[in-house]
Amino acid sequence: MKSEKITKLILLIASVIILLIFSGMAWSMVKGAIPAFGKFGFFGFIFSTEWNPTEDHEVYGAMPFIAGTLITSLLALIICFPLSFSTSLFIAEYFRKKRIAVVLGTLVDLLAGVPSIVYGLWGFYTIRPLIASLGFEGQGFGIFTSGLILAIMIIPYATSISNEIISMVPNELKEAAYSLGATRLEVITSVIIPNSRSGLVAGYILALGRALGETMAVTMLIGNANIIPKGLFSPGNSMASVIANQFGEADGLKLSALIAIGLLLFAVTALVNATGKMIIRKFA
Amino acid sequence: MKKILVIVLVMAVFSAVARNNENAVTAGDSKNISISGAGATFPMPFYNQLISDYSTKTGTLVTYGGIGSGGGIRSLKDKVVDFGATDAFLTNTQAAELSAPIVHIPTCLGAVVLAYNLSGVTSLKLKNDVLAKIFLGEITKWNDKLIQAENPEVKLPDLNISVIYRSDGSGTTFIFSDYMSKISEKWAKTVGTGKTLKWPVGMSAKGNPGVAGTIKQTNGAFGYIGSEYAFAEKIPFVKLQNKAGNFIEPSVASVSAAAQGDIPADTRVMLTNSSDPKAYPISAFTWIILYKEQSYNDRTLQQAEETVKFLNWLIGSDAQAVAQKVDYAPLPEKAVSLAKTILKSVTYKGVPVLK
Repeated sequence: MKSEKITKLILLIASVIILLIFSGMAWSMVKGAIPAFGKFGFFGFIFSTEWNPTEDHEVYGAMPFIAGTLITSLLALIICFPLSFSTSLFIAEYFRKKRIAVVLGTLVDLLAGVPSIVYGLWGFYTIRPLIASLGFEGQGFGIFTSGLILAIMIIPYATSISNEIISMVPNELKEAAYSLGATRLEVITSVIIPNSRSGLVAGYILALGRALGETMAVTMLIGNANIIPKGLFSPGNSMASVIANQFGEADGLKLSALIAIGLLLFAVTALVNATGKMIIRKFA
Repeated sequence: MKKILVIVLVMAVFSAVARNNENAVTAGDSKNISISGAGATFPMPFYNQLISDYSTKTGTLVTYGGIGSGGGIRSLKDKVVDFGATDAFLTNTQAAELSAPIVHIPTCLGAVVLAYNLSGVTSLKLKNDVLAKIFLGEITKWNDKLIQAENPEVKLPDLNISVIYRSDGSGTTFIFSDYMSKISEKWAKTVGTGKTLKWPVGMSAKGNPGVAGTIKQTNGAFGYIGSEYAFAEKIPFVKLQNKAGNFIEPSVASVSAAAQGDIPADTRVMLTNSSDPKAYPISAFTWIILYKEQSYNDRTLQQAEETVKFLNWLIGSDAQAVAQKVDYAPLPEKAVSLAKTILKSVTYKGVPVLK
């Protein structure tokens, strides 16, 4: 009886601590962001494109960073989709449980464990010169390069989740389709995709959530210009990367503006993740 | 349930006591004293060299974190370091934001150079108005006739100028923009002077090493960095026109020349755009800052003494001789004696630390 009580108590303390950490974080971010929102207005701050930290001329708006984050992440998702979807079909359907699929699956999982900075370095020294040699504006720095690296970074996530979802499609359904004379492609389009659609969507949303918050690799490649990107190859900046770059010496209003961007990023990623989880729960 | 609580509390108290004892032991042991500083990346190669020399010589451990001038000021404000380092001196208003008076100790002179990456080009001269036009985005091509006019012997490529600046708050940016504001009215009006700015064109990288690396990797890049980073990475830089109209290359001699004028007693002066005919125009002091009264936050007298002793050694002839080896200019005689006077004014509980 006594050990029962102790266990309960320990579990309770642990969960309360987690709850406290979460609410403490949310509270301190809201508190830190209030001066910026107060000065420029909530929507004024979000939609303003001006970021001027010069003393006596301080104006802060989050739009360049929101735009940079959304565009690079969506671009990453678009590039990631065909690659990761084909790979997961390969692993979970066409070559299911074959040696090559196992090896490939392990490799994909390994990619997921590579730290962000390593992707950044590779992007900086290998991918960027390649893109620069195409001769666009920005010398290889910018939205496109960041989106490309982000895509490579989220492929393992999207692929892993898709693998699970696709292999969960009941064998009876597939066998039934085959016995009716369906080809493999027909099985994919009329059995596998309809049955796993919601899970796949959720997987890509979770991958998007990761791309949104990615910092280091993006900082190294996006060019860190605090403007709304003028095109696919234009330099820009993202929410995570402006914080990483500028928090060090920020104080007063600027610090508050950075915290406000952090709060927005927190809200956006939480929303994206919650949507993904909700879709999984609803259809799984 | 109560028992567990009691046990946890007792353990917490024990560990706290144990922790205190450890502190008492290390503080009493003179060999284990350690001094920490943080701030500007501009003089970091100089400080790193000196710190390693000093530790070998005295056994005192000094650590320095290159986190940018703004970070150095804030670390001192938060009292997490013994000294901060900055390339932009604190104005009276900025100094008033700290809880107690501070002093500025100049440690060496450095130059900010305009580095470029153009394959095949190793020598380039730029007039001030052309420099301003590039950074204002009015000149966008390397083969612009205004650049070509000053450099008739150089074959300039038809390439976009990729302006690179600092993405983080930086004393280097402050020095550079201070100079730009002096040479261009338009710059002063539209961009101004500061540790971070709203840049009309270009893109940015973090820290002096980041900008140097990006310039080195990018054909057509043009940006400002601490001179030692250009020397170390072997990146070419432009000759700039000083106030007297001469094109000057940054060197120990031309940077020292910029400090020949009057220096105020608290050494807070910007040396950019010096009127000396031999001076490199973007030269500057870099400072270490510390609290004038050292007995804050339960600091021991020994901690204060070791900090001041280190700084006193830093401005002495042994350390200053190292400056040239790492491509900085040593302090002029006048600045050294001012710095000594300032260091003597540092106190512990009202008593001067340096005898």
